[in-house]
Amino acid sequence: MNGIHDMGGLHGFGPVTVEPNEPVFHARWEGRVYAITQAMDTTGLYNLDEHRHEIELMDAASYLTDGYYGRWLFAMERILDRKGVVRRAEVDRRIAQDVAGEVAPVEHADRAWPVPSETRIRWGAWRKDVAVAPKFAVGDRVRVRNHQPAGHTRLTHYVRDKVGTVTVVNAQAWVYPDTRAHNTGENLQPVYNVSFSGEEVWGDAAEPNTIVRVDLSEDYLDRETGA
Amino acid sequence: MSGHHHDHGHDDHDHDHGAEKPWQAVRTEALESLLNDLGIISSARIDEIVSHYEDKIGPKSGARVVARAWTDPAFKARLLADGLAACAELGLGGPETEYLHVVENTATVHNVVVCTLCSCYPWTILGLPPAWYKSSAYRSRAVREPRRVLAEMGLTLADDVTIQVWDSVSEIRYLVLPERPPGAEGMTEDELADIVTRDAMIGVARVQV
Repeated sequence: MNGIHDMGGLHGFGPVTVEPNEPVFHARWEGRVYAITQAMDTTGLYNLDEHRHEIELMDAASYLTDGYYGRWLFAMERILDRKGVVRRAEVDRRIAQDVAGEVAPVEHADRAWPVPSETRIRWGAWRKDVAVAPKFAVGDRVRVRNHQPAGHTRLTHYVRDKVGTVTVVNAQAWVYPDTRAHNTGENLQPVYNVSFSGEEVWGDAAEPNTIVRVDLSEDYLDRETGA
Repeated sequence: MSGHHHDHGHDDHDHDHGAEKPWQAVRTEALESLLNDLGIISSARIDEIVSHYEDKIGPKSGARVVARAWTDPAFKARLLADGLAACAELGLGGPETEYLHVVENTATVHNVVVCTLCSCYPWTILGLPPAWYKSSAYRSRAVREPRRVLAEMGLTLADDVTIQVWDSVSEIRYLVLPERPPGAEGMTEDELADIVTRDAMIGVARVQV
């Protein structure tokens, strides 16, 4: 989707600010959100691409102000709510109980937990035990499809319709993020590293002697014929 | 941001003493307690994961990899061929680094890593990324004007040095193998590991003796 998360090449964010002696987490809650999300990878509730896509669905203003782990918190809460695992109203109620010093047990009825083994969702990104036959080889010229789905994609907007050269063929069976994010299939396929000249991507704004190298699923690419 | 800090110990962030909590902290605590009560996660496991990332992993792991590559050409060849397998020789690896591509800086090619879509980073080798790596400014600018961004961050490269920006938007993670600096010829592997910085392994700095 064409969201604020797809930041490559945007203007308006100012200089890169480096914080000296930065802690791993800037607040306790950041570490908890990070670690809970990590622990989710064994629950079968959702996958990495669903997590990423949920972040993309934030409104743009919140995306920019909530911070990195604020986005993770948002994604986790909304996915758990939508899937009927932990509802937003329950979180609100627990906050109110904490304020009031009340202790209330959770209700286990009417909840999409535990996940039956046949509907468990794999978190991870790829699997090695399936053979794939790469369509492209190192040196091939490819044009990135002008693919603009409303849903999830890892095709960065700034390389759409650009021509580059395949430099690395990762011939393992990688899941296709565009479908896996919506649980409509893994569509295992190779991922290529494609090299684009600065001029191809940035036109008259390109800096001298720069190259952008982007990892792209096979379904994002067409063979470039001619020239 | 955690707001204030007290001066009586390094673990002050673990308790907020009734000061106004950020809303994210409030929601996170409520969510964690519900998940814990439901048996979906255990807070003890969450404690372990947090301390693992705070105390056990970090750029020192990557620095060991780089120092080994500088002192052992056979290891370096294996590292460039299959980053994850070579790191496993040093006992490094784990979740979220499915595949590691190590890219070598030379006198004529400089590599720098970004993820414009979220902030993908080789956690198991470098720890969690710094805030600047996750910032909108870095993510937006590193691909379009890398020369200027690097110069602002203190690394000015001549125009005849090619800059390769790796936008790591798939599940492949990148580690920059920096150039061994002049003056480091006589150093041992351990001494070399001490001078390799996180920023050099992202590609926004050079290693200095």
